[in-house]
Amino acid sequence: MSDDATTPAIELVGISKSFGPVQANKDISMRVMPGTIHGIIGENGAGKSTLMSILYGFYKADAGQVMIRGKTAEIPDSQAAIAAGIGMVFQHFKLVENFTVLENIVLGAEEGAWLRPSLAKARKLLSRLSEDYELHVDPDARIEDLGVGMQQRVEILKALYRQADILILDEPTGVLTPAEADHLFRILEGLRREGKTIILITHKLREIMDITDTVSVMRRGEMTATVATASTDPSRLAEMMVGREVLLRVEKTPAVPRDVVLEIEGLRVVDEKKVERLRGIDLTLRAGEILGIAGVAGNGQSELLQVLGGMRAAEGRVTLNGRDLPLEGPRAGARFRRQAGIAHVPEDRHREGLILDFHAWENVAFGYHDDPAYARGLLMDNDALRRDMQAKIEKFDVRPADCWLSAKNFSGGNQQKIVIARELERNPDLLLVGQPTRGVDIGAIEFIHQQIVALRDAGKAVLLVSVELDEILSLSDRIAVMFDGRIMGERHPSETDERELGLLMAGITDTDADPTLDEIEANLDLTGQRTP
Amino acid sequence: MDKLPKWADVALIPLINLLLALLVSGLVVLLIGEDPVEALQIMVRGAVGSTYGWGYTLFYATNFIFTGLAVAVAFHARLFNIGGEGQAQLGALGVALVVLWVPWPHWTLALPAAVLGGALFGAAWAAIPAYLQARRGSHIVITTIMFNFIASALLVYLLVGALKVPGSMAPETARFPETTFLPTARDIFAAMGISFGRTPLNISFVLGLAACWATWLLIWRTRLGYEIRAFGQSESAAVYAGISPFRIIMLAMLISGGLAGMMAINAVMGEQQRLLQDNVLGAGFVGIAVALMGRSHPLGVLLAAILFGALYQGGAELEFETSVPREMVVVIQALVILFTGALDGMVRRPLSRMFLRFGRRRPAPAAGGE
Repeated sequence: MSDDATTPAIELVGISKSFGPVQANKDISMRVMPGTIHGIIGENGAGKSTLMSILYGFYKADAGQVMIRGKTAEIPDSQAAIAAGIGMVFQHFKLVENFTVLENIVLGAEEGAWLRPSLAKARKLLSRLSEDYELHVDPDARIEDLGVGMQQRVEILKALYRQADILILDEPTGVLTPAEADHLFRILEGLRREGKTIILITHKLREIMDITDTVSVMRRGEMTATVATASTDPSRLAEMMVGREVLLRVEKTPAVPRDVVLEIEGLRVVDEKKVERLRGIDLTLRAGEILGIAGVAGNGQSELLQVLGGMRAAEGRVTLNGRDLPLEGPRAGARFRRQAGIAHVPEDRHREGLILDFHAWENVAFGYHDDPAYARGLLMDNDALRRDMQAKIEKFDVRPADCWLSAKNFSGGNQQKIVIARELERNPDLLLVGQPTRGVDIGAIEFIHQQIVALRDAGKAVLLVSVELDEILSLSDRIAVMFDGRIMGERHPSETDERELGLLMAGITDTDADPTLDEIEANLDLTGQRTP
Repeated sequence: MDKLPKWADVALIPLINLLLALLVSGLVVLLIGEDPVEALQIMVRGAVGSTYGWGYTLFYATNFIFTGLAVAVAFHARLFNIGGEGQAQLGALGVALVVLWVPWPHWTLALPAAVLGGALFGAAWAAIPAYLQARRGSHIVITTIMFNFIASALLVYLLVGALKVPGSMAPETARFPETTFLPTARDIFAAMGISFGRTPLNISFVLGLAACWATWLLIWRTRLGYEIRAFGQSESAAVYAGISPFRIIMLAMLISGGLAGMMAINAVMGEQQRLLQDNVLGAGFVGIAVALMGRSHPLGVLLAAILFGALYQGGAELEFETSVPREMVVVIQALVILFTGALDGMVRRPLSRMFLRFGRRRPAPAAGGE
């Protein structure tokens, strides 16, 4: 028996995994030392999730070995992973919405036919865990009544309840505010102190720098480097991820705002469940500027984009270049918004921006299919569509450069490039952009940001919605923060910082005072998907 | 993960499904003490062994082309139109009214009017479930099924009342005037000096082929077809693109109902030459299987329709020549529907895996299995 501190908690040796012709993992070897936080960073599609799924028993590796605490381990399914002390917190939580916290924790780990003893045992353990790790959760609250940050804690508690001492977290901060993320990191640090081993999968360089001890970089299915975090810096990591030098900040000149393009007054939206999603929005947007809307997901930004894009009815007044836009009725549809000069890069390119089963060339006309340039008599001119797509593929460097490929077979970044190409080439007066770089690799992010800034420099107005504060801060000329369907305030990016924006995003306008975390959480619990 | 090559999807899988269905059917035939090989021979000979067999096969196929296309068009908009049966019955009513009310001097004039009448009545019958789906969210599967019953009841009501020939005991309309009889295959081939068996196959088959081509043009070459397919793939994306769900649901169902209604040109105007109570004979439901097997593509629908026509005709011969009962023939047809429709995935998945393993190793477009 070797010394505990020098035996890796997890050791992977030569792991390979293919899906048909796609090799997702190529000969990966990695050591995770016990009691450390080990970051795994890489672009989308680099193979991080595949690797973790092998570790958690979802996939079987084609070749290679998994060793846990120095012993070769067979992990045919997640049961075996749990038995080996591995716990996983997924990006998309796997909780039963209408069960209580306690019921969710016990689910699948009940002892015997009667529920009561298990629940009592879990309650006792839960109170101890909350003390030890700042994991405070009301055991009797229903999941649907909790905010995302709380739900994530339940996922962590679930793993700990199953006596996991190796915890894998997949992109844990994607849905959190900065304050919630900080709290999560404090929890993780507490767990590390107790000797737990943590694997953190992320694509955010800052998180890696802040909290990990060691970081492994993945690129195109291979593990390109494993280094001590203290010995590296963000730009070196980014370079290793992408394989070339990357601009982390957007290069742009100060904005030269001109005439007002978009004016929004008292915009209100009540959704199908009679919940008020927008509670009176006032905004002004000028030509030649980028207005960034910051906020935690679910605070009305999506609805704002949908209203302006003609996908949702609303009350209030919206003018574009001085002319009123109808907000209800047949002339409020997306078709008329496009005719009025609004282009829209939607938040969700899979559900909205693209028809995934269409060829790339069919998608080039999506939304503009009644353009006479695409028509030949009563029929569509498919040759014209293909020529157009091929030209855009070249201009926007979409890869692979094949207009016959189905949209679903492009990577996230290239799918987004197809949407951006389609919308930007229309040379709109107003561009609506939602989450332009969600699930997009770093190389493509740089390109997409440059395109958006170029449109602004051409004197167009851009309304940017993003949950990534970094993106808002680096791209916007002006920032409006949304919380619970209202604009909490506007700031200039040079005169604010993440802390202030984070507080506004949590609904706290008095940004000079230092509110406690509980206050922030109490506020956050008002938002989200729940009906009041 | 990339899917099968196209040829395997459109040709190989239906073929394997069909062979499996025949295999199981053979076992069933064996079980009731008949010789499956002989039974198959009789079916094939009966369906395609003579001009007589071909005539009936293609006559049935014409019905299935229209009902199959009807299901296919709606399915491109992800609407499951189970109401082909009722829409075809209403189409029959439309055809009968047009043919009986106007004293047509020649069938060439009667045919376009009857096409219009059949299509309009079929479309109108589909319009109500379509509106209920588009505006009220009532599920189209449920409403179209219910409308089949209503259509059938409505026809009985009219055929024992207003439309019945006074003094007649049979619940049917008067015979159509002879000037409106459509030329049969026998007539047409006779004019060319070729003898063809006496079958109900008539000029409607050509109309069916034209309908296939027109449907192909609609779905893959027009703006409306583009919108229908986009809506069928993703409603939220359609809304983003400014495509009105209401308009697409209505139009797709109107076209679907119109196609189903046009089946009456073949069945009622071409064969029965009067409006009977049961003029559709289940072709509306067979259309679902035809569309499924034909992958909702007009060419696939055409081929599947001919296959089902052959099954019908061959089945009839089998019943005639052996002691295999009528019900057994229905069982065989049902097995084909089961294997081509419901059990499709049973063949598809192992086949996809095989193709992935042995297929050409093209460089992957998108990396990673995340």
